[in-house]
Amino acid sequence: MAPSGPGRPRRAPTALLLAAALAAACAGIPFVYLVVRAAGAGAPRVIETLGRGRVLEYAANSLGLAAATTATALVLGTTVAVVLTRVSVPFPRLWLLASSLPLAVPSFIAGYGWIVSVPGINGFAASWLLLSAVTVPYVTLPVAAALRGAAGDLEGVARTLGRSPLSAFFVATWPQVRPAAIAGALLVALYSLSDFGLVSLMRFPTLTWGINAAYSASFDRAQAAILALLLVVLALIVVTGERSARGRLARRPARAVAPREVGRGALLALLPVVAVAPLVGVAVPLLGLLQRLLQAETLRSIDGPRLLAAVGATIGVALAAALVAVLLALPIAVLAARYRGRLVSTIESVGYLGHALPGIVVGLSLVFFSLAVVPALYQTTAVLVFAYVVLFMPKAIGNVRAGLGDVPASLVSVARTLGDSPLRAWLRVTVPLALPSVGIGALLVAIATMKELPATLLLRPTGIETLATELWNRTVAFEYGAAAPYAAVLVLVAAVPAAVLSGIRTTAKEEL
Amino acid sequence: MRISRPFSLIALGAAATLVLGGCAADDTAPAEPTGADAGSLTLYSGREEELVQPLIDQFTDETGIDVEVRYGNTAELGALLLEEGEATPADVFLSQDAGALGALANADLFSTLPNDVAGAVEPGFTSTDGSWVGVTGRARVVVFDGEKYTADELPDTAEAYTGDEWRGLLGIAPSNASFQSAVTAYRVLEGDAAAEEYLTALAANEPQIFDGNGAILSAVDSGVLDAGLLNHYYWYQQAGEVGAENMRAQLKFLEAGDPGSIVNVTGAGLLSGAEENADALDFIDYLVSEAGQTYFVEETYEYPLVDGIDAPEGLPELADLVNPELDLSDLDTLGETQELLARVGLI
Repeated sequence: MAPSGPGRPRRAPTALLLAAALAAACAGIPFVYLVVRAAGAGAPRVIETLGRGRVLEYAANSLGLAAATTATALVLGTTVAVVLTRVSVPFPRLWLLASSLPLAVPSFIAGYGWIVSVPGINGFAASWLLLSAVTVPYVTLPVAAALRGAAGDLEGVARTLGRSPLSAFFVATWPQVRPAAIAGALLVALYSLSDFGLVSLMRFPTLTWGINAAYSASFDRAQAAILALLLVVLALIVVTGERSARGRLARRPARAVAPREVGRGALLALLPVVAVAPLVGVAVPLLGLLQRLLQAETLRSIDGPRLLAAVGATIGVALAAALVAVLLALPIAVLAARYRGRLVSTIESVGYLGHALPGIVVGLSLVFFSLAVVPALYQTTAVLVFAYVVLFMPKAIGNVRAGLGDVPASLVSVARTLGDSPLRAWLRVTVPLALPSVGIGALLVAIATMKELPATLLLRPTGIETLATELWNRTVAFEYGAAAPYAAVLVLVAAVPAAVLSGIRTTAKEEL
Repeated sequence: MRISRPFSLIALGAAATLVLGGCAADDTAPAEPTGADAGSLTLYSGREEELVQPLIDQFTDETGIDVEVRYGNTAELGALLLEEGEATPADVFLSQDAGALGALANADLFSTLPNDVAGAVEPGFTSTDGSWVGVTGRARVVVFDGEKYTADELPDTAEAYTGDEWRGLLGIAPSNASFQSAVTAYRVLEGDAAAEEYLTALAANEPQIFDGNGAILSAVDSGVLDAGLLNHYYWYQQAGEVGAENMRAQLKFLEAGDPGSIVNVTGAGLLSGAEENADALDFIDYLVSEAGQTYFVEETYEYPLVDGIDAPEGLPELADLVNPELDLSDLDTLGETQELLARVGLI
C-alpha cells in the first residue's frame, strides 16, 4: 500500500483492488436486486413506467432539489467553517457544536416540527430550505476540521500581494479545504436524492414519492425498481460530477494561524449566517414538537425500561454499523485517494450507490439477498447492521478519501529516507494523519444509523426496537405526547456523536 | 492526543460488534416452526401497535396463545412478505387496506380461509375467494375547516367539490391507496367515462396534493387547508389524542349513495406456510368475533363488518354508505385506476 506521489499513475496492488472490489460488491447489492426486479418486468414495461404521468417531472424535481440543496450547503457550510475557524468569535467551540446539531435531527422530525410551527409551509422552497439546513453540517464539519488543521498564512500573503479577501481565499485557502468540501457536498446531494420523509411532508413530489407510491398503492415491486433505477442514474451523474469537480490538487505548504480579530459590526453580520442552520434545522422543529407535546392528552408515564432498551439497541447498532462501514470503506477510500483509472472510478462509484436509494429499497434488497445467501441470519442484528453499512458507507468513503489525500507524499518520502519500510512509513505517517478523517466518517455513519427508519422496520429482529422505530410507532398513531420523549432522546443521543464530530480536527499539515 | 477519540470510538464499536454478534448468534432461527401445537403465532401487523396490541393481549389472555408481532406500515410489510415468499416467518398478515391483501393473494401467498371465518363478513367487504377476510371498515369522508364552514354549507356529493368555488381549496392524496380505492369504486359505480370526467375536473381545479391522509387532516386542522378527502377514522384518532372539542377540523359525510362515500376495508390473511397452524386461524377468527369487532368499534371508531354489531355512535349506518360489492383487492382494476390517474396528471 505504498503511497505514490501525485502525478505518477501506477497500478494498484492486487490485494487492495480485491478488498475494494469486495466492499463495492456489498454496496452494489441493492443495484443487483433492482436490476433483477426490473428485468422481470421486461423492456416495454420499463419504457411505459418511465414515460407515465408525472414520472419525468418527479425526476426533474429530484435533480433540481439535489442541485439547489448541494449548492447551498456547499456555500453556507464553507462560509460557516471559515468564520468559525478564521475569525475570532465569542465561544467558538459552542458555535461549532451548534453547527453540528442539525445532524442529530432526523429530516422527518425537522419537517414535522416546521409544519406545526408554520402550518402552510410546502413546496420546493420549503424543501430546499429545510434539506439545506439539516445537511449543511456534512460540509461545515469536515471543512472546519480541515481549516483548523490547515493554514491561512498564504491567504495573508495573497492579501499583501493585493488580492481581495474573497480572491485571496480562493487562491490560498480553498485548495486546502476543497477535497473535504466536495466530499461533503456529494453526501448532501445523495442525501437529497434519497430523502422521502421531508419531501413528503413538504409536499414536493420527487422520485422517492413515486417509489413509495409504487409500494404503497400499486403493490408493484417492478415499478418501484424501475423508478429506483432512475434514481441510481441520477446518483451516477452526481458521483461522476463530483469526481471531475474534485480534480487533482497539488499540495500547498502552509502554516497554521490564529483566528483574526474583527470588529463588532462584522461579527454582527457574520454570526447570523452561522446561526441559520441550527435555527432552521434544530430550534424551530424542536419548538414545534414542544408545542404538540403541550397539546397532547396522551402524556402518560414514560415506560422507562422500554425507553432504555431502545436507547441501548440504538447505540449498539450505531456503533457496530460505524465500525463495519469504516472497515469496508477503507480499501475503497485508499484506492480512490491514491490511484486512477476506470476500474478505480467504477469501484468508488458503486460504493456510493446505496446512499442515493431510499431505505425501503435497500431494506428489501437485503431481505432478498439474505434469504437467498444466508437465510440463517435473516431478521438478525447482523443483517440489520449490514444494511446500515450499505446505506451509509459513502459517508465514510468520502471523508476517509479526502483525509488520505491530504497526507503529503513528501512526509512519507521523508520517513522512507529515514529507513522506514513502506508499511512502517504508512503506519507512522499516513495512519495517524488520516485517522481523524476516519473518525469523522465513523461518527457520520453512527449518527445516520441512529436516525434510520425504513430499513430498520424491515430488517430488525422481531421485537427489537430502536428509538426511531419507537418514535414511528407513536407518531403513526397520533400519540404525540407519548412520542415526544422518544423524539427528544433520539435527538439527544444522536447529538453526542455530533458533538464529538465538531471537535475533531484533521491533522495540521505543516511543512517540515 | 488528537487521535485518541476516534481510536476509542473504534474500540467501542469493536466491542459492540462482538456483543451484537453474540446476540445475533442466539437468535439465528427466525422461522420458528409454528406447528399446530406450538401455542404461538407470528403476526405482521400493518396497523399501529397502540391500537392493536391491547386486542392481541386480550386474545393471549383468553386463549393462552402467544403472539409475536412485527409492526410496520402496510405497504412495507406487504412488500416484505412478497420478498420473503415461502420463507416468511409470518403466519398472519393484518393489513390497513385491501390492495396489499390482493397483492399477496395474487402471488399465491395466502391459504384459503375456511368458510366459517371468511363467510363471517358480508360480500363487498371481504375477498371474493376466501383468500383474506375483512376486519373493519373506514368511510370516505370530507374533512373541513370548522372555523370557516358548517357541515350544512358543504356540498354533499363528491362531484360538487370540482366546482369553481373549490378551486385550489381541496386537499387530496392521489398516490395513496385509500384515494385510489375510492376512484376504483367511482369507476365501478358510474363507469369509466364518468370517472375520467370527474378526475379531469378535479385535476383542473388545482387541488392541493398531499402524500397521505394524516397530512391532509393536520393541514385542515391547522387552518391552512379548507377541505380534503380522507378516511373517517383518522379524525377519531387525532380527536382521541387532543380531545374532540379541540378539533378545528370536522367531518362531513356525503349523501347516501354518492360514489364518493364508499367504505375502505382493513383485513387479515393466513400465510400459506401457516395452513396447519390452528392458532393462527384462531387469531383471525378472533378478529371477526364479537369480542374483536367490539374492540375496534370502541377503541378505533371503525365500522364493524360482522352482522349484529352496531357502528360506533355518531356515525351513519354502514348500510347508508355505498357498498358497490366490488373487489377492492383486485389488482387489475387497481392498475386501470392508476392508468387513469396518470392520464389526468394526478400521479
